[in-house]
Amino acid sequence: MAASVSTALADKRLPVRAAGPRVIRNPWWVRMLFMTTALTFVGCFLVLPLVAVFIEALRKGVGAYFGAFADPAAQSAIRLTLLTVAIVVPANLVFGVAASWCIAKFDFRGKSLLITLIDLPFAVSPVISGLIYVLVFGAQGWLGLYKNAENPSWPALAAWLNVHDFQIIFAVPGIVLATTFVTFPFVARELIPLMQAQGNDEEYAAITLGASGWQTFWKVTVPNIKWGLFYGVILCNARAMGEFGAVSVVSGHVRGETNTMPLHIEILYNEYNFVAAFAVSSLLALLALVTLVLKCFIEWRHAQAREA
Amino acid sequence: MAFARAKRSVLPGFGLSLGFTLAYLSLIVLIPLSAAFIKTAGMSWAEFLEAVASPRVVASYKLSFGISLCAALINAFFGFILSWVLVRYTFPGQRLVDALVDLPFALPTAVAGIALSAIYARNGWVGTWLDPIWAKGVQELSSIVPWVDWPSWLGTKLAFDRPGIFIALTFIGLPFVVRTVQPVLAELEPDLEEAAATLGANRWQTMTKVILPELLPALITGFALAFARALGEYGSVVFIAGNQPLHSEITPLLIMTKLEQYDYRGATAIASVMLVTSFVLLLLINLLQKWSRRYYRV
Repeated sequence: MAASVSTALADKRLPVRAAGPRVIRNPWWVRMLFMTTALTFVGCFLVLPLVAVFIEALRKGVGAYFGAFADPAAQSAIRLTLLTVAIVVPANLVFGVAASWCIAKFDFRGKSLLITLIDLPFAVSPVISGLIYVLVFGAQGWLGLYKNAENPSWPALAAWLNVHDFQIIFAVPGIVLATTFVTFPFVARELIPLMQAQGNDEEYAAITLGASGWQTFWKVTVPNIKWGLFYGVILCNARAMGEFGAVSVVSGHVRGETNTMPLHIEILYNEYNFVAAFAVSSLLALLALVTLVLKCFIEWRHAQAREA
Repeated sequence: MAFARAKRSVLPGFGLSLGFTLAYLSLIVLIPLSAAFIKTAGMSWAEFLEAVASPRVVASYKLSFGISLCAALINAFFGFILSWVLVRYTFPGQRLVDALVDLPFALPTAVAGIALSAIYARNGWVGTWLDPIWAKGVQELSSIVPWVDWPSWLGTKLAFDRPGIFIALTFIGLPFVVRTVQPVLAELEPDLEEAAATLGANRWQTMTKVILPELLPALITGFALAFARALGEYGSVVFIAGNQPLHSEITPLLIMTKLEQYDYRGATAIASVMLVTSFVLLLLINLLQKWSRRYYRV
């Protein structure tokens, strides 16, 4: 349910403010207490884990660190993760733009229901996100039952499915589907409030001046929402690369074939190969850091654009 | 679903975008989710009850609920302090701390899980000195209040026991509270506090009687979001929980275990209970947000 938090770019304000007049300041010892508590908490729960990843990864030296990436299974995990992201992020991007176009630019009944439904995947546990695809496409699921039914409706389709026996669950398509589900709301969530805040006036002007629908979209709407788009995409990307629970259910855990980076980390960790596990983790931690930096940069750009 | 036609608009693309949105939503989200409920509806009542109310499952509900609740409460407390420090004080590295708050959103859960267990394990950086203190504390508690089985409630070590689950869920939930409280706190006019001060309230009274009530809706919303997220969390917990059935096995892990034993019916039944729970929570959170939006507008 991350969506409901106001990380949305549309209502981002930079909150830093001076301490105010003396009467509304806390005594110095309270301030010290607050600062110490907050920073200790941040240290123990946020800084230490991040630092630990890199230190554990380099524990046996740089050679062992890079050795972890020489493993063909690690390379294939990285490739599979990149492939998944290359499919999932564009798909959810197109969906996010379409959804926010119809929700922000038009009025229709059932709109708030639609917004709630778009948010739904955030409320679902990752494990369940994987499970539902097993129920649809698995051997015991709808697809499996249909393929093996004695008298299926549309026998031609069943026969075709049996001839082209492509696997979805315990294979790459399942991983892609589960990741799509988990990252489904990210782009839409960023764009809807942003486009609603911007209103329709510029688009109306473009249409009145004779621009076609696509011209209006590409030359007026997209430049206006590009930072929000980018913001949604990096969040979607970070989650898609790191998804563990959902992918773990639908992946067959076949080394070198259906293991994404997080699943590879799990295997290495359970084999007590800690250096390699943390080495692969360090890539994902770097990705998280890059995501945070980009996020700050976009927020800064957005704040500047707002002041201008 | 009654999606009526849009009011006449000069902008094109309503049919196309809405059609695509509904098709994609149905294919990726609605149809697969309905599979869980349809599969559950196919079970007999007795079968369903056996799947969702066996002792091991009930133990996992209690554990997931209890620890998620504790973690969300701790998050509400520290999240409030952290937001206060971020909004009201200036200190070097403030922007960095502010950015770091979002780390749990960006860091993959599996990475968080192994990193936290490396730190809080008996030979880890924090674990080396905190783990013995915890073990000793639980022992002391048992000798003072012997009629409660403290070791089974609180665990005897930090990582790979119940406290580990708590640590992971606290990590996961932190940004929810900070990111809901922070903007409200930033909007809070200093006038209010000045007025309270000039009317003779001391700082403690101003904090508890003026500021806290103003922040309450945001705090409750953040708490609920953190709680809902913690209930479903899987990746970070499994690495640090120890995963003992009846003792430190969370509900999502139990679903996973049933799946690995090819008990699809059992897994689906538990999943549908969890789904209903999280939809109710989602509804509550939406109501909470509506309430707090109205609250802050007035």
